[in-house]
Amino acid sequence: MTRRRNERALVRPHVVTGGRAHPTRNVFDLVTLVIFNGDLPRHAGGTTPQTPRQPLSTAGLSPEKLRIIELCRGGALSVVEIAGHLGLPVGVTKVLLSDLVDDGHLTTRAGSADGRQSRVRLLQEVLDGLRARL
Amino acid sequence: MDSALASDTPYLRETVRTALKILVVGHFAVGKTTFVGTLSEIRPLRTEERMTQAGALVDDLAGIEDKTTTTVAMDFGRLTLSDSLVLYLFGAPGQQRFTRLWDDLARGALGALVLVDTARLKQSFEIMDLVERQGLPYAVAVNHFDASPRFPDAEVREALDLAPGTPLVSCDARDRRSSTQALISLVDHLLTLDPETP
Ligand SMILES: Nc1nc2c(ncn2[C@@H]2O[C@H](COP(=O)(O)OP(=O)(O)OP(=O)(O)O)[C@@H](O)[C@H]2O)c(=O)[nH]1
Ligand SMILES: [Mg+2]
Repeated sequence: MTRRRNERALVRPHVVTGGRAHPTRNVFDLVTLVIFNGDLPRHAGGTTPQTPRQPLSTAGLSPEKLRIIELCRGGALSVVEIAGHLGLPVGVTKVLLSDLVDDGHLTTRAGSADGRQSRVRLLQEVLDGLRARL
Repeated sequence: MDSALASDTPYLRETVRTALKILVVGHFAVGKTTFVGTLSEIRPLRTEERMTQAGALVDDLAGIEDKTTTTVAMDFGRLTLSDSLVLYLFGAPGQQRFTRLWDDLARGALGALVLVDTARLKQSFEIMDLVERQGLPYAVAVNHFDASPRFPDAEVREALDLAPGTPLVSCDARDRRSSTQALISLVDHLLTLDPETP
């Protein structure tokens, strides 16, 4: 599993999508939320809320990817938290995460919202949240 | 199969849908780490970005051992602001040579809080240039160290060449209330920059 990196990897689009159809490597932001996909219905038919999550096969994954999956199994975290908890550089973490998203182990939730209207509303929500802490 | 790691990890609420970031910037030892630590609901984490000498980010595991790369540390913390909204604070290093890291940090960020120390105002010039070049809206917070001189706001504004609308507040990065207030000033400012929607 050797990789060759190039400049392209450094150009990342602004908007984060969780699309699996495209390589996701370039769309991770520091605060993109990452969610474990263990109970995807498309495998292990008949997953019910009572049965434990059933992950895709992790056979053949690198130790680093296994650690990421183990961490993400517990709940949602941002990209930078995953890097921090596992002691991995952010750039490396993004590449590993994008592979895991492409493979269907993980999914992402877009972080920051675009568009003027939602931005004002967001800022107001931030303000309310901060004031509530005083 | 809960590992010790997973059970100690402060995961996000399942209802969180939006994650935002604000940068906390400033020159060496101005109080960035203290500020982030004071406000964070999680034990602040520290992470590293590897860069080549040319300033490119290293995103290859193999690159980690490479002696020609330098490591830039940044700390970050988290504040849950509502059931659906979480805010990350990043304490960012102020050197120009980390431009690539800065691009990554600044992309999508709401804005920056620039911490300054009145005893070392000059040291803030570089970081303010960086923030402005990134096009990030910002507020300035004077972090009061006991030994630092107190200047009238007008003098600090002039020294830092602040635009009239840029908030200038004072704060104690060790105090939660004071630090929260500084963030509020920034977000208030961001709201005035956004044209009201009809
Ligand atoms: N009196 C006073 N001391 C502070 C304040 N904020 C931070 N300090 C102290 O200043 C020192 C430096 O603070 P840090 O938070 O480590 O500063 P930093 O900007 O993260 O430093 P670097 O990451 O090394 O650039 C520490 O000893 C803090 O305890 C403040 O508001 N008032
Ligand atoms: Mg620090």
